[in-house]
Amino acid sequence: MRYLPLSDADRGEMLARIGAPSVDALFADVPQSARLTGPVAGLPLHAPELAVERHMSALARQNMVAGEVPFFLGAGAYRHHIPATVDHLIQRGEFLTAYTPYQPEIAQGTLQILFEFQTQVARLFGCDVANASMYDGSTACWEAISMARRITRRTRVQISSGLHPHYLSVIRTMARFTGDAVEAQAPELSAQTDVAALAGAITADTSCVVVQYPDILGRIADLAPLAEAVHAAGALLVAVVTEPVALGAIRSPGEMGADIVVGEGQSLGVGLQFGGPYLGLFATSQKYVRQMPGRLCGETVDAEGKRGFVLTLSTREQHIRREKATSNICTNSGLCALAFSIHMSLLGDKGLSGLARLNHELALKAAERLSRIPGASICNDSFFNEFTLILPGDARAVVRQLSEADGILAGVPLGRLYPDEDALAGGLLVTVTETTQPDDVERLAMALERALA
Amino acid sequence: MSLNQSGWRPEAPVGDSRGQGAQTATGNRALMLEERLIFEIGSSESCGVDLPAPDPAAPPARLGGLERAAPAGLPGLSEPEAVRHYTRLSRQNYAIDLGLFPLGSCTMKHNPRLNEKVARMPGFADVHPLAPQGAIQGALAVIHELGEWLKALTGMPGVAMSPKAGAHGELCGLLAIRAALDARDDPREVVLVPTSAHGTNPATAAFCGYRVEEIGATADGRVDMTALEARIGPDVAALMITNPNTCGLFERDIHRMAEAIHAAGGFLYCDGANFNAIVGRVRPGDLGVDAMHINLHKTFSTPHGGGGPGSGPVVFSEALAPFAPLPAVRLADGRFHLVEEETQADHGHGQSFGRLAAFHGQMGMFTRALAYILSHGADGLAQVSGDAVLNANYILRCLERELDAPFVASGPCMHEALFSDKGFAEGFSTLDLAKALIDEGFHPMTMYFPLVVHGAMLVEPTETESKAALDQFITALASLARRAREGDPALKSAPHFAPRRRLDETLAARKPRLVWSEE
Repeated sequence: MRYLPLSDADRGEMLARIGAPSVDALFADVPQSARLTGPVAGLPLHAPELAVERHMSALARQNMVAGEVPFFLGAGAYRHHIPATVDHLIQRGEFLTAYTPYQPEIAQGTLQILFEFQTQVARLFGCDVANASMYDGSTACWEAISMARRITRRTRVQISSGLHPHYLSVIRTMARFTGDAVEAQAPELSAQTDVAALAGAITADTSCVVVQYPDILGRIADLAPLAEAVHAAGALLVAVVTEPVALGAIRSPGEMGADIVVGEGQSLGVGLQFGGPYLGLFATSQKYVRQMPGRLCGETVDAEGKRGFVLTLSTREQHIRREKATSNICTNSGLCALAFSIHMSLLGDKGLSGLARLNHELALKAAERLSRIPGASICNDSFFNEFTLILPGDARAVVRQLSEADGILAGVPLGRLYPDEDALAGGLLVTVTETTQPDDVERLAMALERALA
Repeated sequence: MSLNQSGWRPEAPVGDSRGQGAQTATGNRALMLEERLIFEIGSSESCGVDLPAPDPAAPPARLGGLERAAPAGLPGLSEPEAVRHYTRLSRQNYAIDLGLFPLGSCTMKHNPRLNEKVARMPGFADVHPLAPQGAIQGALAVIHELGEWLKALTGMPGVAMSPKAGAHGELCGLLAIRAALDARDDPREVVLVPTSAHGTNPATAAFCGYRVEEIGATADGRVDMTALEARIGPDVAALMITNPNTCGLFERDIHRMAEAIHAAGGFLYCDGANFNAIVGRVRPGDLGVDAMHINLHKTFSTPHGGGGPGSGPVVFSEALAPFAPLPAVRLADGRFHLVEEETQADHGHGQSFGRLAAFHGQMGMFTRALAYILSHGADGLAQVSGDAVLNANYILRCLERELDAPFVASGPCMHEALFSDKGFAEGFSTLDLAKALIDEGFHPMTMYFPLVVHGAMLVEPTETESKAALDQFITALASLARRAREGDPALKSAPHFAPRRRLDETLAARKPRLVWSEE
């Protein structure tokens, strides 16, 4: 077996040194009845690299590759061009095959990058501090709600109807067991978000209000008035960003008064990967640092006075605090954070704003073209690179037809996200990024015109 | 302007006695290159990505009047600057690619590069999670095929693929247990956790709303069965064990534990962090386990990436399988189906406790783990656990006279060997030995865990180390153990040759500086 260096001669020598007759004898403490006498039945035996590669290639070929077809999907997972540098660098073995930097003297590479990443995320979100990452946007969102409960000691959570419904599902799953009262509704196909209504519904037991920006339908609302109302009631505003590239064009949630900003960082550096691994972003104010979940990297000095970095404030974490920890999270999304950070360093302010502008320009043109389809209309007044197209029928059927007949991945039908909401069935989320070609939009428009005719 | 912006004072001597007096103007030491922060080398105007100029014919913006007023303060780097920045930083990291990484319970084994190639195939890497099901049959097939392997290797009938790491898998397992208890209207309040458990176990139980009670260990390093059987009762929802346990021992009484908790109506959760010790040889389902997470980044070699991403699928017994989270992949009529909603109860998911994450799990880890599993096959996986246990026992036997091995009489160890600091000279600690190991070119072992042993040193070599590598490690550790017993003062200031000397963690915690700012 190519991954196992021991030879039979080595094994014999080592067993002699140990004083055991066989490797099997080392498993003597396992009850005899539970010890298998041969390979697990019914499973294939070892295979050479070429055979495994062929098997996996065959499976890969059964998927429609986003980059090979006109592609308009988003809804929390966005396709952007990732500079070749990013993937090259994250494959350096010193990054790829390192562990969590618990021995800082020989992990300064990872630690300095985490410090840079935390700073990039905090600045992007307009917050004081950020952590070293969470699993993904949805789990980061739940952690924000837990943190708001710890800070306010209240348990009523008001969720905007514009929050990604899968994020809401994660919240409902967890709240069922923690006792938080979750209030949420499905969105309406309207140009207006529910931000004003949310402000009016805050009560004295509201721990936090959770709002997505831009929201699930792509709409962009000013969060400042909502933040004011939330704060007046002694609650916290949690803002959720599923498309961080948008913040190259629009104001950050932190600037508008959000207390905790969480997000999905997959857009930068990580890629689609069929939904994971992704990158949970988590940022907040300095005053709440000790209530934050997850790892934090901090600056310090070594015994010679040189600047260095360590994981810090670990008295919040499970390996120290055990059942009193702020979260049970241990492994996070380190390598995805590295990819995000490299991509962000290549962009900088200039590149990020240029990329955001390009996305918005292309989306504006696409919206203009698609709005001319007979029977279709655009729901949004405002959007960044994703908007909701309203079709006369069930968008699910249209998407399936375009995928199968035209080889076009037309978008995410709202019926997929809200299977029980008939009023939303006509909605189609269309995302346009810098990877979308003008010809793709024309092909989509024509295919939709044919399908709706 | 000074070339040295690392904060290091050039008037201080470089290194210790061995590098006496040698100084450089830059702060660099040949191949050991200091690297400033991106905020110190980049600028808002620099950019390593070329983008087209704005289109003057573009329609007017529709950003809701919320255009960003000022840049966020993100420095950019040109491509060569970026490549150099990250390459230089990479060289300040220890990694499994560089040498033996004996971090007990963390399983730092070789990461095969075929797996990286496979994960990057566009048919996996460039596929959207919400694409129509007809367009993603290959992706669903990967999830299904890996799930079938995990079920077969564990002898358990159910599997949940969406948990994103080990602790997330624990959460998944305990939520299924709570859902199963809720379904029979049997609220219970307590989860029992052995003192030797990983910190994530009690943290997860508390996160799910349970009260955690600890069960002690006996002198031989195993769960105290008398205490356990005395405590198990109708208020106990689950017993969370780790088997092999974190002392590196197999819990011989596992059948008795399972019978006791089942007789009282509770469930047996097994932390699968150590599954690599028994994979291919022992199926947890045969031990009476009801739920177990599997760290794909441990047993199945997906890279740790400096702290993640992981992946923590959970296998379930018949009793818990109906409560598994969604989405799930089902094979029916020759096609794979992604079951996303509880309302799709025709697929047997009506009792699911719900959704754990936005999408369907760590696909990028599934492809890697499946490639690893297919490479080994059922026979190779049994060899993996055999060699892992052989290597650990070899280290235990070779070092038992140099270091205190508290459980050496408790039977063979499994995949990791546990030592204590007993016998070190006054004032010398496990930390000193660990830091000195850095100078010898190794990553330290897990320190001060498990908590049941004073100054614990948990050594997990894994199966991907050669005998020559083990022998070199043993020689190094034996030499350091002697120096710790003799009280060599040089140990107290180790490491001497790493990119940094010991770092002031107290300062970092007392005055947290978590983001960069201009002084």
